[in-house]
Amino acid sequence: MEKIKRYGQIIYILWLRQIKRHYRSRARVVGSLAQPILFLVALGFGFGPIYQRAGGGDYIQFIAPGIVAMSIIFTAMFAGIEVIYDKQFGFLKETLVAPVKRWNIMLGRTLGGATVATIQGLIVLVISFLIGFRPDNLWLLPVAILMMILMATFFTALGTAIASKLEDMQAFPLIINFLIMPLFFLSGALFPLEGLPRTIQIITYLDPLSYGVDGIRGALSSQLHFGFSHDFGIIIILVFLALGIGSWLFSKIEV
Amino acid sequence: MNIIEVKNLVKRFDDIVAVDDISFAVEKGKIFAFLGPNGAGKTTTIKMFTTLLQPTSGKISINGFDPSTQSDSVRQSLGIIFQDPSLDDELTAWENLEFHGVLYGVSKKIRRQRIEELLKVVELENRRDHLVKEFSGGMKRRLEIARGLLHHPQIIFLDEPTLGLDPQTRNHLWGYIKDMNQKEDVTVFFSTHYMQEAEKMADQIAIIDHGKIVAQGSAQDLEKQTQTDTLEDAFLQLTGKDIREDSAKAIDRLRTNRRVWRR
Ligand SMILES: Nc1ncnc2c1ncn2[C@@H]1O[C@H](COP(=O)(O)OP(=O)(O)O)[C@@H](O)[C@H]1O
Ligand SMILES: [Mg+2]
Repeated sequence: MEKIKRYGQIIYILWLRQIKRHYRSRARVVGSLAQPILFLVALGFGFGPIYQRAGGGDYIQFIAPGIVAMSIIFTAMFAGIEVIYDKQFGFLKETLVAPVKRWNIMLGRTLGGATVATIQGLIVLVISFLIGFRPDNLWLLPVAILMMILMATFFTALGTAIASKLEDMQAFPLIINFLIMPLFFLSGALFPLEGLPRTIQIITYLDPLSYGVDGIRGALSSQLHFGFSHDFGIIIILVFLALGIGSWLFSKIEV
Repeated sequence: MNIIEVKNLVKRFDDIVAVDDISFAVEKGKIFAFLGPNGAGKTTTIKMFTTLLQPTSGKISINGFDPSTQSDSVRQSLGIIFQDPSLDDELTAWENLEFHGVLYGVSKKIRRQRIEELLKVVELENRRDHLVKEFSGGMKRRLEIARGLLHHPQIIFLDEPTLGLDPQTRNHLWGYIKDMNQKEDVTVFFSTHYMQEAEKMADQIAIIDHGKIVAQGSAQDLEKQTQTDTLEDAFLQLTGKDIREDSAKAIDRLRTNRRVWRR
């Protein structure tokens, strides 16, 4: 019991630190909203007419959940750069030398980044509402939010784990973009997964983001490809996997 | 009882042997100085003691535990003030201290009380709510020292703690450390390249140069061994008179920039 309380305190203070750091940097907060808004407006209005003519219905209903997922994956993965900052500014030593379980460190940092990414996703959801997106069923909003939290946790853990192996600030964005682009474009965020060529379909099924997008879209727009149990099952497994690997990598860091 | 024991410790970085087969012991409750010029291997040794680096070979025992295999127990036993910067610039002074206190499990009451006390010792009490990035180099150093002293471990490592401090703060700091050493039997292990500091503060001194321990004992022992009158003369005789710059550091930086991925 004593132990659990201590773990809680440590995870909380690590979480709090990430939150404070993020919201003290106004540029970061504003800058990270520009891209999803651009995507919403350009794709939503640009492709809307074609999508409708092809018999897909209202494109904004389809794409808004995809853009919410996009803003989450970007914010979450890039949160990993905090580890590299901490290495370069020396603060990582302070955490690593403390008598604290490595999984506490990994989890605290991850939850901090995941909170920021989830909030980001919610802001984009509100913006898409202003543009004309209407959730089918507000009762399912908590399901969508739960999926956003899980996705944010998985991708933050992944970005953090990758960053723990890196030394330099320039390499990280390159690597993360290299990963995010295919994850995003091959996820069903932008197009339906039905009726795709076989190879592309297999690739989309291997993309974790597909399940995140599907869960959010299923809840908000009642368009479900895999089914909730599939979506949640897979993302939950991935969350534990990424946190486990990240904790192990943290135990190997030398500074 | 020896609280630190080191046998044939070696640390190699690619082509550099930073720590070259050193052996020594530190008795519990003593103040021990690790004296040596720049690049001698002091920081590398301390990092191996504190679980931040894995030795290439050799044995270390800290409070009876091995840093490589019993890192948790070693971390429970120690506190450290790093030589290089280690603060979070985006947090306030107070937040940095609070963070440290929580990580080390210092209870809230003691934590708050010590934070107040230490902020006074390092004369930062009226800056407690300022972001660290607004601080001068000296203020940051003082804050790091306050943070390092916030929890009272069994062994405290101080890596060139007084580098760049003015004489008053240096005195305050040593007053606090001596007090901790005497009242709570905290073992103090500090590195320095100031001979006077080693002579004045330490019960035992080990002189390290080019990764090797060239002599050890009390200041008097060292003077006797070298047949000199002052520790300064003894030190110069043992390490040679050439002045060493930290040019190795610049090469390191080039190296780490090239090497993007860790092993
Ligand atoms: N991460 C590293 N990679 C390569 N060489 C290093 C690294 N860290 C330290 N060194 C080298 O090891 C030697 C000892 O350094 P250090 O322990 O920092 O000395 P000191 O603390 O006594 O000034 C120096 O030559 C330094 O350049
Ligand atoms: Mg040093």
